[in-house]
Amino acid sequence: MNAIRKVLRIGFELIECPFDRLFGPSLNPLAQLGALGFFFFWVVAVSGIYLFIFFDTGIDRAYQSVEYISRDQWFHAGVMRSFHRYASDLMVVMVVVHLLREFSLDHYRGVRWFSWFTGLPIIWLLYASGITGYWLVWDKLAQFVAIVSSELLDWLPIFGEPIARNFIATGTLTSRFFSLMVFMHVAVPLFLLFIIWVHILRISRPKVNPPRALALMSLGALLAVSIWKPALSQGAADLARVPNDVGLDWLYLPLYPLTKLWGNGAVWAFLGAFSLMIALMPWLPPLRRAKAAQVDLDHCNGCARCAEDCPYEAIKMVGRSDNLPFPTEAEVNPSLCVSCGICVGSCPSSTPFRRSSDLKTGIDLPEYSLRQLRERVMDTAGNLSGPGRVLVLACEHGAAAGRIGDTVVLPCVAMAPPSLIDFILSRDLADGVVVAGCAESACYNRLGIQWTEQRFATERDPYLRARVPRERIATVWASALAVSKAEAKIAEFAARVAAMPPKKLRSPLPVSAPSPLPKTLETERGAT
Amino acid sequence: MTAMRLIAQFIVIAALFAGVAALSDWPTYGQIPKNSGVVMLTFVHGADRKGECRRLTPEEIARLAPNMRRVQDCPRGRRPIYVELDVDGRSVYRADLPPTGIAGDGPSRVYQRFVLPAGKHDVAVRMRDTARADGFDHEGRERVELAADQMFVIDYRPESGSFIFR
Repeated sequence: MNAIRKVLRIGFELIECPFDRLFGPSLNPLAQLGALGFFFFWVVAVSGIYLFIFFDTGIDRAYQSVEYISRDQWFHAGVMRSFHRYASDLMVVMVVVHLLREFSLDHYRGVRWFSWFTGLPIIWLLYASGITGYWLVWDKLAQFVAIVSSELLDWLPIFGEPIARNFIATGTLTSRFFSLMVFMHVAVPLFLLFIIWVHILRISRPKVNPPRALALMSLGALLAVSIWKPALSQGAADLARVPNDVGLDWLYLPLYPLTKLWGNGAVWAFLGAFSLMIALMPWLPPLRRAKAAQVDLDHCNGCARCAEDCPYEAIKMVGRSDNLPFPTEAEVNPSLCVSCGICVGSCPSSTPFRRSSDLKTGIDLPEYSLRQLRERVMDTAGNLSGPGRVLVLACEHGAAAGRIGDTVVLPCVAMAPPSLIDFILSRDLADGVVVAGCAESACYNRLGIQWTEQRFATERDPYLRARVPRERIATVWASALAVSKAEAKIAEFAARVAAMPPKKLRSPLPVSAPSPLPKTLETERGAT
Repeated sequence: MTAMRLIAQFIVIAALFAGVAALSDWPTYGQIPKNSGVVMLTFVHGADRKGECRRLTPEEIARLAPNMRRVQDCPRGRRPIYVELDVDGRSVYRADLPPTGIAGDGPSRVYQRFVLPAGKHDVAVRMRDTARADGFDHEGRERVELAADQMFVIDYRPESGSFIFR
C-alpha cells in the first residue's frame, strides 16, 4: 500500500508543482477538489432546475422537448443543458481525483476514516444521479443506458418481471416511466447532497466553496466549452433497433461496455469488490495513533483558541469543572484527536519563557510535550556552530523531516508556538530559524501552514511578537519528495543569515504591541 | 496578478474542461459488429405445477382454520420450462429455465440475445411447459429478413399460448 501511495504521490507532485507555479497555492485546482466538487454540484442543480422548466415527461415528448431545448433555444436552455452535462462530468472527475489524492496523502486512515468511508456512498449516488439523467433524454444513448442498466439490475434476484423487457418493443413503455425517472433524478441528487453533508461533518472549516477567482474561471470555461461543443442528443430512441455506435460518456458509463465483455455478474462482482476495498482501506493497515492531547486545567483559562484552531473538531469548550473563575474549559475528544499538536501551538500558556521548573501549558501532547520540545530545541541548538547558526523546525510530513543535526521535528509546524521562535532568537540559541512544513497545497494537517503564516503575520492569536526580527525567520513549504529544493532554500537562507550583522536582541526585552508584518519577513514559497 | 497569468490559468482550465467534454461522447461504442442485427428470445411464463392437485377429505378440510379452508391441495412449486431456439437449422440455444421465487413457484424467464449477420434467417423456437417427457407444447417458426442494427424479438403470449415474432 505504501508503494502505491508513493507512486501516486510522485504523479500528483508532477502535476501540482506546475499548477502551484501557475495558479499559486491558494488557487491551485488540485488543492480545491472537494470545494470544486461542491461548486459543480450547485451548477448541476441550478441548470437542472432551469432545464426542468422546458422538459416534458411524455414518451415521445421527452425527446422532442430536449431537442427544442438544444436546437431552438440553444442560446440559453441549450447552454444550460451543456452546463448540466459537463458540470456532472466534472463532478465525477473531481470525486475520482479527490479520492486518489487523499489516498496519496495518507488522508484516509485514523480519524479520517469517517470522511473516507462516507465518500463511498457519494460515488454510488453520483453515478446513480448521472445515469438516471441520461435516461430522461430518451435518445439512442438513453436507450442503450436503459437496456444495459436494466439488464444489470435484472441480474440481481430481486425483480420478478425483468425490467429490461420494458425496452424490447415500442408500446411496452409508458409516459409514467419518465415521471418515475424524473422523480429518481431529483431524489437521488438530494440524497447525494445529504451524504455530502455527512461526509464533511467531522472536518473543521471544510472548504465547500472554491476561491471566487477559481469559481469564475470555471464558469467562464464551462461557458466556452458549452458554446464550442454543445451537449446534443444522438437521435431518438427506437426500440425496434439496436442502439449501436453510441457516443458513450466514458466518465459515467465506463463499465457498461464491460457488461458485454465480462457479463453482468462479473461487473457486479467488480463493483462489490471495489466498494469493499474502499470501505476497508482505512484499516489496511490501521494508522498508529499517538496519545490524544490532554488539557491541564490549572493552566487553561478557557480562551478557546485550541478549539478554534483544531483541524479535526476534536476540541470543544464545555462548562468549567473546577473552581477557577473562567466560564469554560477545553475538552478533547480522543477519538477525533490525531495528536498534531496544533492546539499546543495555539495555547497562550505555551511559552518556553516560563520559569516553572516543569514547563506546563494548558493543553499538551503526552508523548511529545512542550517541555520536551523546548529541551530538544536547546539540545539541538547546542550543536550549532559557525557564523550562520540556523535551527530548523520541521514538520514530520515535509521535506525537512529527515534532516539531522540542526533540526527539531514536530508532528506539525503549527505545534511550535510563536513564542518558541522568539525564545530561540532572543536567547541566542540560533542566528536564524527555518520553519519547514508540507507543501502549501497539500498540508498533512490541512491548516498547519495557514495558522503558522497567520501567527507570524500577527493575524492570528497567538502572535509572533513584533520584536522578533523577521529577516531571521524563513518558512519553507515543500513536500517530502522535494528534499533537494528544500535543502537549497535552507542553505540559501543560512548563507544570508551568516552575512547579517550580529543580533542585538537579548532576552528579556521590553514587550511591544504587535505591528503589521514588515516587508522583511521571508516566505520561501515555490519550494514545492 | 497579471492579465497574462490570468489568461494562462483560464486556458489551462478550459483545456481540461474541453477534455472532459470530449470524453462525454467520444469515442463511440458499438455493441454489435457492423451489418449485423440482434435476435432476442425473451418471455416470462409459468410452467405447470410439479404435481397434480389432490382433493382434500372433509376431515382434512375441517382441520384447517375456518378462514383458510380450501377444497384442493396443490403443490406450490412449478416445473422448469425447456426451450430450444434454432437459427438456419442450427441449434443456438437450449435451456431448462428454472422457476423464479424462493419457493420455486414463480414464472420462468428468459432474456437472451443472439447477434446475427444482416440478411434472411430461418428462426424456429420450441418450448415444453408441461410434464411431458418428449415433444413440445408450443412451437413457432419464422423467416426473418434481418436488417443491420435491427432488434428482432421472439416473445411468448401465455394468453394465446403462441410465440410472437416482431
